Amino acid sequence: MAKRVLIVDDEPNIVTSLEFLIQRSGYEVRIARNGEEALAQVSAFQPDLILLDVMMPLLSGYEVCQKIRENSAWQHVQIIMLTAKGREIEATKGLALGANAYVTKPFSTKDLVAKVHELLGGTT
Amino acid sequence: MSLKVKFFLSVAGLFTFIVYIIGTCVLIIWYNLEVAEQALISKILAERIGIIAIFAFFLLVGIGSALEKLFSIYTHATRLHEETKLILSANPDHRITPTGPSETRQLAQIINTFADRHQDLQIDVETRIRSARADLEEEKDILAALMSELTQGVLVCNIEGQILLYNNRARQLFNYSTDKLTTNGIGGLVGLGRSIFAIIERTIVVHALEQLHYNLHQGNSQSVSHFVTTTRGGQLIRVSMTAVHHKNKGITGFVLTIEDITRRYEVSHRKDILLQSIVENTRSSLANIRAAIETILEYPDMGRDHLNLFTKIIREESIALSTQLDRTLRESGEYLESQWPLEDMHGTDLISALQRQFKNKLHVETHAETVDTALWIKIDSYSIVQAMTYIMRRLRDQCNVQEVTFDLQQSGRFARLDMIWHGPPIKTEVLHAWETQALVTNGNGTPLTLKDVAERHKGEVWCHTDKQTNRAYFRLLLPIALPEPPLELTILPQITPESRPKYYDFDLFNQPGQKPELDQRLLTELTYTVFDTETTGLNPSEGDEIIAIGAIRLVNGRLLRHEAMEQLIDPRRSVSQQSVRIHGISPDMLQGQPTIEQVLPIFYQFAEDTVLVAHNAAFDMRFLQLKETQTGIKFIQPVLDTLLLSVVVHPSLTDHSLEAIAQRLGVNIIGRHTALGDAIVTGEIFLKLISLLAEQGIFTLKDAREAAQQSYYAMLQY
Repeated sequence: MAKRVLIVDDEPNIVTSLEFLIQRSGYEVRIARNGEEALAQVSAFQPDLILLDVMMPLLSGYEVCQKIRENSAWQHVQIIMLTAKGREIEATKGLALGANAYVTKPFSTKDLVAKVHELLGGTT
Repeated sequence: MSLKVKFFLSVAGLFTFIVYIIGTCVLIIWYNLEVAEQALISKILAERIGIIAIFAFFLLVGIGSALEKLFSIYTHATRLHEETKLILSANPDHRITPTGPSETRQLAQIINTFADRHQDLQIDVETRIRSARADLEEEKDILAALMSELTQGVLVCNIEGQILLYNNRARQLFNYSTDKLTTNGIGGLVGLGRSIFAIIERTIVVHALEQLHYNLHQGNSQSVSHFVTTTRGGQLIRVSMTAVHHKNKGITGFVLTIEDITRRYEVSHRKDILLQSIVENTRSSLANIRAAIETILEYPDMGRDHLNLFTKIIREESIALSTQLDRTLRESGEYLESQWPLEDMHGTDLISALQRQFKNKLHVETHAETVDTALWIKIDSYSIVQAMTYIMRRLRDQCNVQEVTFDLQQSGRFARLDMIWHGPPIKTEVLHAWETQALVTNGNGTPLTLKDVAERHKGEVWCHTDKQTNRAYFRLLLPIALPEPPLELTILPQITPESRPKYYDFDLFNQPGQKPELDQRLLTELTYTVFDTETTGLNPSEGDEIIAIGAIRLVNGRLLRHEAMEQLIDPRRSVSQQSVRIHGISPDMLQGQPTIEQVLPIFYQFAEDTVLVAHNAAFDMRFLQLKETQTGIKFIQPVLDTLLLSVVVHPSLTDHSLEAIAQRLGVNIIGRHTALGDAIVTGEIFLKLISLLAEQGIFTLKDAREAAQQSYYAMLQY
């Protein structure tokens, strides 16, 4: 069974590319447009990995991440944070709150896909 | 009883005594004799009575004159005593004319020699004092010149926060008002004896002082504390505070050097902000473009639909990027985020400051776990302490946390400040809410949130919990600083316990606190506002109004001519011709002037915490009193009237007009019948009256008020 990836971002233009790329890499993909939707999808879709944008209205990526980590059932979910905020202090915060990787925009899609492969443990 | 009478009485007494003794002796012998012997002696004596009488007479005269001689030494000694007292207490020029017996003459000469030496010595001491004073005066001038040249503002305050010394730059910085009223040279907030807390928020000053106390306690006497704040005029100022330290009394005051950093800060931060906004705004667009292109390149076999979709994205994002860039450039000119410059602080100092604050303000137990002593952080310690206190108060009140542990460690290029407690952590939503609420303890009125504070420091906050130990963490991540000592702060000579600076008006350091014992204070040491008003007429209750107020401050026996105000006021009614002849203020001069409602608050502030002085004060006070309900301003401070005090000093004279008193006391009259001109004359008269009152034993404010009350004019009511 293909592993599942949840993409959380409020910008459709990045979502389109990511969705296409991740699907072509052989994963099952779902999209969430904001933080609330993301949390709903985490229980409904049971993703193995989440691509999580930090800067979203209402519930930020940090908060989503922290909420996921608060639930003991979701400890295994891999989280890659994506952000246009490129400062080291934000990366430190993201990792401290339980993200597995922190990627600053703009990023190389090849590297991102490689990171997803790596975190999901192998070549699907 | 005069000395002569005393002398004669004692001589008479002595003679009577001698006669009595001899008489008794003769009588006793007489009655022991046989009758024949008595008859024989009577016969012998009767024949020689003349000789006996003559000898007796000479004996008495001899004794008498010897006594007189002795007595004259006594009288001369008494005179010497009085004259010596005169030299000693009243007239050091007086010398004793040597008279009387040689003993007293010699004594007089020696006393004269002593008086000469004493006088020489005194003259010598006075000369030395004078030259020392001249030196001091010169030093003062040098200091004043130096200070006036400084581009930084300098304020010297005593520990109660009263200003003892300031330079022009400090005045300019703080005496700013959007109101046009200040253009007439209203003294404003910076002035001798005024409170620093009217200018700078008390809590900020106290925070900085505590920091200095702490540093001194740690044995660092050279310490400087910094903070950044805004003036009423909106300028951003950076303040460096140095303690004035006394060997025995501890900190007796402080010196503030103030720098206007508004412009400097704006320029550098405009660039910073411009750069930041370009970076952040363009990153996501670039990410979208790059992802789209890379997808196309990665999958050249993709269908036309997908290809169209991705090229559309690229096009859209490129346009968005240009629009973004244009907007950023356009807006960056106007937009200025209110960020504050930060200062380097030793990490352990921050922890101590927090511990003190928590203990004093919140009564919360604190511990320090691991504190990296080599860590320096870039912060505005005031706002950080406020923010942490705010969080702690919330924790205490809402989560019942009574005890916390601090932990400060380096984590990469950041300092990690943890506040740790046992129990559940703060929920994400709750922290989110706290982050955006204004800090209750924020002093200067601008709402500041935890989020603002974190952003201002380019820091981050969050909460997490360690499940194993059941400990919750509130974490603040802050940029660390290289431990450089601050450089640009050696403007004034460094003040160490050994070298106290010499300020003029230095005695103000020991001034007691205001208000309560005001009555017991000496007239010579009080701070006064001497003022005068000009009016449309003489009947305030019949609608006459104030058309001018002039006032000048009198501090430490000096009229401060540069701390004066004069303001014309639009009375919104006609001015009688009669009064125009007196004050020369014509109605057209009053057009467009501010109204009494606008001026009284300024005068009130000018006169705050001082004793009011005016000539015929009841008249002026009545005018002010009639405005109480209209303006809500009450002048409750004590008032002294130069007219009444003049009556106290010269009760027999009838003319107590300002002119008459001025002439009598030798005060030059300049610019009479302007409000400020009259206030100045009144002030000079008042100064002379203070010394005349002292001769009558009137020293304190209470003495003066009671004396004035008793004088006749107090009966008159306006």
